[in-house]
Amino acid sequence: MVPGDLRYTSDHEWVRVEGDEVVVGITDFAAHQLGDIVFVELPAAGKALKAHATFGVVESVKAVSDLFAPIGGEVLVANDALTANPELVNSDPYGEGWMLRMRPADAGEISALLDAAAYEQVVAEG
Amino acid sequence: MTETTAPTPQASPILDRHEALGAKIVEFAGWLMPIQYAGIIDEHRAVRSAAGLFDLSHMGELVIEGPDAGAALAAALITDPPALAVGRAQYSMICTEDGGIIDDLIVYRLAETRYMVVANASNARVVSDALAARIAGFHAVLDDRSLATGLVAIQGPKAGAMLQPLASVDLAAIKYYGIAEGTVAGLPALIARTGYTGEDGYEVFVDVEQTGVLWDAMFAAGEADGLVPVGLGARDTLRLEAGMPLYGNELGLDTTPFEASLGRVVKLGKPGPFTGRAALEKVSRDGVSRRLVGLILRERGIARHGYPVLVGGVPAGIVTSGTQSPTLGQAIAMAYVPTAAADPGTMVAVEIRGAAVAAEVVPLPFYKRPA
Repeated sequence: MVPGDLRYTSDHEWVRVEGDEVVVGITDFAAHQLGDIVFVELPAAGKALKAHATFGVVESVKAVSDLFAPIGGEVLVANDALTANPELVNSDPYGEGWMLRMRPADAGEISALLDAAAYEQVVAEG
Repeated sequence: MTETTAPTPQASPILDRHEALGAKIVEFAGWLMPIQYAGIIDEHRAVRSAAGLFDLSHMGELVIEGPDAGAALAAALITDPPALAVGRAQYSMICTEDGGIIDDLIVYRLAETRYMVVANASNARVVSDALAARIAGFHAVLDDRSLATGLVAIQGPKAGAMLQPLASVDLAAIKYYGIAEGTVAGLPALIARTGYTGEDGYEVFVDVEQTGVLWDAMFAAGEADGLVPVGLGARDTLRLEAGMPLYGNELGLDTTPFEASLGRVVKLGKPGPFTGRAALEKVSRDGVSRRLVGLILRERGIARHGYPVLVGGVPAGIVTSGTQSPTLGQAIAMAYVPTAAADPGTMVAVEIRGAAVAAEVVPLPFYKRPA
């Protein structure tokens, strides 16, 4: 089950709207598929991201995976806790394992994202 | 693009056990094998602190038998199998005429005139074919037992205590790199004290039809004391910490044993010709221009297979394997670097996504089990 109050991408990122900001992370499905996460690299505050652009990497013991911006906007802050504790992405992907807080460039991009039901369909179809 | 028919992968004989344990299954070297169960880090730590159970049924087992079996292997390999006592084993390699590595192997002397060569799954067929060709002139026959043999390993500080109640032989009497015939859980078995994790442990060879019975018995014997099933993912991090090379990463047709810092394996002093002798004698005489070394990253990042190594800011080497070491909590790697940069303490850099990340050359292995 994925949280019903978030929006999603088919790349397995989630977006939580908080006022006129959003919080971004990767889904539990993605974290589980990656396995034990041992390294997360995130952009500095102030970085402008375009939707679908690579914003960082997440590394498991075995593999390196790119992270894709679900929407365009400015990075307000990245989750520094993941530097010392990257395993938070596995243990609490929707909470302590969040990655970015952003100011959306175009709120319209948020409504174009998948809702929970549509994302569950993506996961079910593998 | 040309369409090639991918051969159907060979399933592990106990794929059902792995699926029941919730393993993630992958295709590896033409086999469907478990890459992880609970998670690579937990599995890795269990092997270091208690023990892990490994399905290694994908490995190749080649039995060479006959009055000339030892002489045939001495001519085919870079080591000297006839120098082994019965019941002992050696790490070996099969090389090309120009000294390139076809595979790395373990050679067991099972009897006066019978040996078993264990090859990597990815090379089992190539090794079988090459060995068959090389022993053709000798009084020896090769029996490829790869598909007829099941192999389950138990590795870790508690491995011996867990396996002993199932075994018909005194496991402590089997020396490191030794092998004995006996039974395990009542099944006829070869029990070898070898492994690929840096821990003490045993590898148990049985008839492939009995692999499930063996696995179940070994798992039941240790589960209460912390034995966990371990997949190929943790097998890779364990061997990397132990500084053991992996064919396809550290070793290949374009590398010689000397470059791989394994020159001691080459027995140039043995009598008689062997495939690769002339080329390896030349390398031994002339020295090598690059060498395999250990690296520990001194800045944030993880080095991976294929990343460039920079010496004095210039690309000069390549990472062959790298990961975040679960035991050390540091990013470790093996890499080929120019000989001039191969001494421990030398500072180099690994290029990670365009950035130079500082790394120090360190002695291998990264991890040595407590004595």
